[in-house]
Amino acid sequence: MNWNEIVSIFAAAMAVSFGAIGPALGEGRAVAAAMDAIARQPEAAGTIARTLFVGLAMIETMAIYCLVIALLVLFANPFIH
Amino acid sequence: MIRSPLVTKTLFMVGPIPISETVVVTWGLMAALALAAWFTTRSLALKASRSQTVLELIVGAIEDQIQNTIRAAPKPYVSMIGTLFLFILVANWSSLVPGIEPPTAHIETDAALGLIVFFAIVYFGIRARGLGGYLKTFAEPTIIMIPLNVVETFTRTFSLIVRLFGNIMSGVFIIGIILSLAGLLVPIPLMALDLLVGAIQAYIFTVLAMVFIGSAVSEGGAGGSTERGSP
Repeated sequence: MNWNEIVSIFAAAMAVSFGAIGPALGEGRAVAAAMDAIARQPEAAGTIARTLFVGLAMIETMAIYCLVIALLVLFANPFIH
Repeated sequence: MIRSPLVTKTLFMVGPIPISETVVVTWGLMAALALAAWFTTRSLALKASRSQTVLELIVGAIEDQIQNTIRAAPKPYVSMIGTLFLFILVANWSSLVPGIEPPTAHIETDAALGLIVFFAIVYFGIRARGLGGYLKTFAEPTIIMIPLNVVETFTRTFSLIVRLFGNIMSGVFIIGIILSLAGLLVPIPLMALDLLVGAIQAYIFTVLAMVFIGSAVSEGGAGGSTERGSP
């Protein structure tokens, strides 16, 4: 274990943990707003659900990017090999 | 699957070309889908049999989604969009078969699917507007937006690829980790979650492909659609 590997593992954990905070808050707000909209207007539930899923996928992409960065740091790190 | 998710396992060689496990599973899924489609469409009747009813239900639902999202006649798109959706769905759920890793958990498969969508956007855009009309959409609000629109064309394909890869791969990865930590029956709830995620990701991939194609073909730019644009 040299310093590069220790720092890499730490960086991967930091990337995933802090990268998950923002999308989690955003998805919570989006789902709450969609629930509110469906409760007010149940006949538009289909359209709201479709738009909600697409929007959630967009928000989730940010967390997925962090995960991919963490995996790159762990498994394809250019500074270790 | 505790080893690196970025490398693929080579099964055998055909001449100088290594054939990985992913390629074999992909061709198996393609053969299964093609055979199922061939058997159910071989004897189509006006009074539908049970399998024909299921098939009509699937095709009808896909056509309905295309109609709602692109706001155009679904005929030119239904074969590509439907095949994308069914293939990604079956590929995501193929992790249910023991010993098979879903091909979408490797970035090569997702990159191929994303490139199909990328070229489909260009093809349908040019077919609907002509080459000049399609190129003009890059300068759509003002001419200053050209670099941003060009970058967006590539980043949205990239995010399509990475989204599918990240979701499916992380599911497989987490099940592998929990299996090695906890034991035999513990990952079952996570596998159920994985099925849900697989279905949602297949849906999202195709819906986003439809939204991008719709924004490329819709007349007049605005087109009344609020679903245009993406990271």
